[in-house]
This record gives sequence, C-alpha cells and structure tokens, in this order.
Amino acid sequence: MYIRATGNISPQKTFGHLPLTELAAYSGNRLACIEPDYKEFIDVKQIRRMSRIIRMGVAAAMECLQEANIKVPDAIITGTAYGCMEDTGSFMTKMVEFNEELLTPTAFIQSTHNTIGAQIGLMLQCNHYNNAFVHRGFSFESALLDGMMLLEEKEVSNVLVGAIDEITNISHTILNRMGLYKQGNLSNLDIFKTRSKGTIAGEGAAFFLLANEPSANEDYAKLDGLKTFYKPAGIKEIEDNITAFLAQHSITTGDIDLVIIGKNGDVMSDRIFEQLSQTIFSKNATLNYKNLCGEYPTASAFALWLGASIIKTGTVPAALEYNGSKENKIKRIVIYNHYQHIHHSLFLVSAC
Amino acid sequence: MEKPVFVAGTGIISAIGKNVSECLDALENSKAGMGHMHFFDSLHRDKLPVAEVKLSNDDLAKLSGLPNTKSRTAQLSLIAAREALIDAGIENLSSLRTGFISANSVGGMDKTEKFFAEFLSDNNKGRLRDVVDHECGSATELVADQLGIKDYVTTISTACSSSANAIFFGARLIRNNILDVVVAGGTDSLTKFTLNGFNTLMILDEKFCQPFDENRRGLNLGEGAGYIVLVSEKVAATLKKRPAATLSGYCNANDAYHQTASSPDGNGSFLAMNGALKKAGLQPADIDYINLHGTGTQNNDIAEGTAIKRLFDPHYPKMSSTKTFTGHTLGASGGIEAVFSVLSLQHGIVYPNLRLETPMKDLPFNVETKFTKNIEVKHVLSNSFGFGGNCSSLIFSKVL
Repeated sequence: MYIRATGNISPQKTFGHLPLTELAAYSGNRLACIEPDYKEFIDVKQIRRMSRIIRMGVAAAMECLQEANIKVPDAIITGTAYGCMEDTGSFMTKMVEFNEELLTPTAFIQSTHNTIGAQIGLMLQCNHYNNAFVHRGFSFESALLDGMMLLEEKEVSNVLVGAIDEITNISHTILNRMGLYKQGNLSNLDIFKTRSKGTIAGEGAAFFLLANEPSANEDYAKLDGLKTFYKPAGIKEIEDNITAFLAQHSITTGDIDLVIIGKNGDVMSDRIFEQLSQTIFSKNATLNYKNLCGEYPTASAFALWLGASIIKTGTVPAALEYNGSKENKIKRIVIYNHYQHIHHSLFLVSAC
Repeated sequence: MEKPVFVAGTGIISAIGKNVSECLDALENSKAGMGHMHFFDSLHRDKLPVAEVKLSNDDLAKLSGLPNTKSRTAQLSLIAAREALIDAGIENLSSLRTGFISANSVGGMDKTEKFFAEFLSDNNKGRLRDVVDHECGSATELVADQLGIKDYVTTISTACSSSANAIFFGARLIRNNILDVVVAGGTDSLTKFTLNGFNTLMILDEKFCQPFDENRRGLNLGEGAGYIVLVSEKVAATLKKRPAATLSGYCNANDAYHQTASSPDGNGSFLAMNGALKKAGLQPADIDYINLHGTGTQNNDIAEGTAIKRLFDPHYPKMSSTKTFTGHTLGASGGIEAVFSVLSLQHGIVYPNLRLETPMKDLPFNVETKFTKNIEVKHVLSNSFGFGGNCSSLIFSKVL
C-alpha cells in the first residue's frame, strides 16, 4: 500500500509540505506546535468553537486530503493517547470550582476521544468507517493497523489515518511531577548531548492518506510493514522481534538505507537504541527525530512522516544531523520506536 | 466466504449482577439495576438515579485481585474479562497468539477526579498514583497483564459505540491471521465527569429510564464491563465446549450530522445495520432479535426506530433495550450487550424492555415487554451508537 499524502503540524515547520531547511529550537522541556493559519482549512465560525487540538487535527487532516486530491476518504481513523486534554481539564476545573453546578456542555462534548475523527467526518459529510484508538504509545500504530487491514480486506480503496496529542499546562505540570522531563534551559537540539535523565515534552498532529493503488501523481512511499510488541522482557526479545520483522518482509539490515530511531534523550530509555546500534543495526545509518518533535505517545507518527518525506526526495534534509552519507539515495527505511519501554513499534517504508 | 469467527466465552459485571448467571437471573426476573447512589457520590445524588455495580471499591478489589488503589474501571474490566476467558476454557492459551482489545470512555477518570480537586488547590498536591492510570489505555494494560495477554493489546474509544468497535476490530485481527484468540469488549465506571457532562446535555432521566416509550425522558447512567472471547475456526475445533455463536456481521458507519445528536432519519444507524447485514450475508427478515441501543433519550430512540423502520418494515424482529436493566454503561455497553446477544442465541431467550407504558406513536412496531424463553433465536443484531455520529452494529449468529 501507498502513502499518497501527508499533513503534519508539529513543533517544526512541517506544515505546507515545505522542505525541512531550518530547525526550530526551543529552550526548556516543552515544545509547542507551530500552528498554521487555520482559515484556509476550517470555517472561521467553527475555528472559534474548536479547542486547539481539534483545530490542529482537523487542519492536518484537511491538508493531507487536499494533497491527495480526495474530498471524502473511505475511512477516518485516529489515534490519541491523551485525547482532548484542554477540554477535559476545562470541564473538570469548572466541575470542581463550581461543585458540580452551573456547568455548560461544550467542553464535555469536545472532550471525548473520538472528537477529532468525528469533526473531520462531520465537516466532510463522510458517512464511512470512523474509529478512534486510545492506547498510550500504541495509539497511532493501532490506528494504522486498522487502516492497513481495511485496505487488505478490500473494504476501502483509501483511508485517512492520523495521530494527535497535545500538551496542556495541566498535563505538562502533572507529567513533569512524574519526573518524565529534563530540567533547566536545555535546547531540544542538544538533548542527545547531555546524557542525563528525562526527555522533553512534545506534541503533534500528523495525518496520512493510505491507498491500495499507486497514484498518477507522486506518492511519498510504500508502506510495506508495521509491527508492534508490548513489554518485551529484554534486549534479546527486542532483537528477536526486529529480526522476525525483517525476515517477514524478506530483507536483511543490508537492504536498509536508514534506520529512524526514537531516542528521546533519556539515558535509560536510549540504552536500548544504543545497544541495537552495536548489534542488529551496527552497519546502518541512523537518524533521530525526537529532538525535532519532542517525546509524546504518538510521536511515531512524526517519524513516519519524516521517513515518508525522506523516501519521497531520496535524501535526508540538510538541516538534520545524520551519521550516513548524504550522497546515498535512500530507498528503504525502518523506523524503530519505543515509548517508555512498554510500547515498541517497527515500520517499514520504501520507495515506490 | 470469509472465515467464521467464533464466540467461545462471555463475561460480564453490571448493575444486575457480578457474573453471567446473576445477570441472566435478573433479566429473567425483570430485576432492574437502577437506584440511589450508594458507592458513587455526587451532588446530584438525590436527583439522579444510576445503575451501580453493587460492590464497594474494596469489595471489587477483593474480587478482581487488583490493589484497591486502582481505578474501578480496571477492576470491573478484569472481573468480566477473566470470567469470559475461564468460560472459553482454552487449554493451550499460552501457545496461541492472543489479544486483549478493550474499550472505555474516560479511562481512570474516577481516580483522576480524586487527584484533581487537590491538584487545583495546589499544583504540587494530589497523589500521583491517582492520576498515573488516567489514560484509557492504562486500564486495558492493567487487565492484560493480569490475564497474561501480551501478543496484542489496544484500546478503542468512540464514545458509546466503543466496545462494539473493539469486538469487531478483534474479529478482524483473527480474520487477518494476526491473532488466534481475542478477548474483546469494554468497561466504564461511573464518574462525576460523565454524570455532570450528560447532565449539562439535559438527557438524564430523574426517574428510571423508559426507552422507546412515547413519554421517555432520557437515560440513566450505569457502570460495568462486558467481554466476549473470539476465536478462529482452528481454535474453536480444539475446544471441549462447542462455541454457541459466531460474530457473523459488523459495520461501522458515521452519521455525520452533529457532534452529539442523531440525524432525524437515523442515517448512521441505518448504514451500520444495513452494512452488518450485508457483511453477514443476511436479509432483514433473518434477524430474530435486535438488542437496541435504546438509551431512552428523545433523540436516540426516534432516530434508531426510524432507521429500523426503513430497514425492517414490514418484518419486525423482537426488540428490546437492556439498558432498562443496566443503565447506559457507555464504553461498556457494546460489550455488555454483546454478552446479552450471545446468551439470547445460546439459551433461546429474549429480554423485556422494562417499564414500557406507551409505545412511540411515530413507530409502527412494539418492543418486547416480557421475558420470552424456549424460542429459537438464530441471528441477533446489536446496536451501539455514540457521540461523534459513531454508529456500529454487530450480528451474532447461532452455530447450528
């Protein structure tokens, strides 16, 4: 199957399909999405009613559909770990402050985890399949698997799949108290240099239009495979899963031009990637991405966008640090991510 | 012909019982689960009846084996999912590719609420252990880990159709040869967040709900969990107890009309039911019983009823809303009602739609008012519709 189009709102200038020529740098442990002018994509009256995550999700989806030149997709599937945090926090705050009285429904209505997929469906008057996955670091992978299965089943000829997660003041305060993030005024571009505990918080909205058939226009890439594994016991089980994934697709590490890895700057968390770069991926060029988008449960959607974009041009953007040769044309990429040692995922994308 | 997916086991906990046999007994004896709030607390305690699981958090924890610090949502989930798995009696489970696909609407919100009141007064306060399982996926993982399920674990949340979607996603994982066994369904506990949310929408009934009644006033919220164990044909052949049912049809469609309201002609519901029939290769007249979404709100029941009229007229199957027993359990409702649908096929029974006084004037059919037994039920349609226009229908068929 093919990745025909993408739409990506992230802490980098990724919206509008421009090449990643300069990187946005942030100070501190919280990256924020660079939001577009929504008026181009959403009716002004609707923009006002939508909370930030809904706007980001809907705009990324609309940009993706525009690029694919598809008005109404055959299915809409979203993944979000936290859902609409701003609306949830707002309704809860009022509920506590006013002791369960004088509440209004808007924030509650928009707090449900399927709101973004539903809003996209509503705007497009799309009566088709509409689903929402909410499983922590597997939210995007589950949504993608659902979409891939729909295509395999020949139920649809295209699907819109996306992942959305936002940081709010409340969620950031709580996650920070849990000890997830680095402290101090560190730049996101330097997170791999400090070798300290913790990562930096990120967010994003990335959508993909997947299709059974190649398009006459240029597709980004072929999506050849996806695999997830849950709570592996140790490095051996991780390696076994990666080996099985490569074997399932009849390739070896020698056939991979680039491995995009989900290092997030946390020394403990990154140990897995460092071990793999000594073993399975010892001969492969690797590229980090969480210095660009931060860490969040659906960050792998940013990685898939990055991988698909690199395949489309055949090169790693000049602004990115990368340990391979920029001369080589990149035709096949494996993305390996893990979220908090619990949710591990592998993606395989290749040139059309 | 697509490969059949069998239902090998069922498990449930709801306001009318903490296992399948207690729930069946309550259904047969018309014992509804609504009442005053005993375990759950809210400012609205004297005004709004709810359908609580009749166990305190401590008693639930004793029953589930999880620490009592964990969300009620996870406790309910584990109790019902474990019952389903034991019922299925799969001996060589560890050698099979097994998944746990669960659904819920607000994750560990019951604990988050506790945290949040303190957190608001001072951002350094509130116990983190009460918010650490806030995410919907967390309850699923707590249960999967207890059940020893590791091959595939995920969570779906499409409001009130969540667990119907979990069930059919599970069936598709089997049909796509990704898994052999799937425990699928959903769970939700009562929370202030949801109760107050529904209250702002003014769709909660201050009396016991009366779905499909001309004078219906709204819904009663409930809590619980319901799971079924889905297995491939190959696994089914190895079981000592022959599975009673298959999941023969399913469809997910979107009403695309309004974020919370259903379209007057029930377009989404119509598409979901029609799609499920098509998937199952059945005609409307083949359906013996419809387990209605039937929330009791003005809007849902006329939309669902109109869609049924469009699709089934003039051959109406027996119909009832078991939410008249369990209340609306939101993310759990599709799972709980899937269990009731399978039991209907298994035992040849159809449940009453309690408290019906005046049938809806605009609909040409009547819902069941009595418990019926000793009849043959071959195909059951189960409807689950939710906010965001999410409409899903499942069809369960008797294994002949």
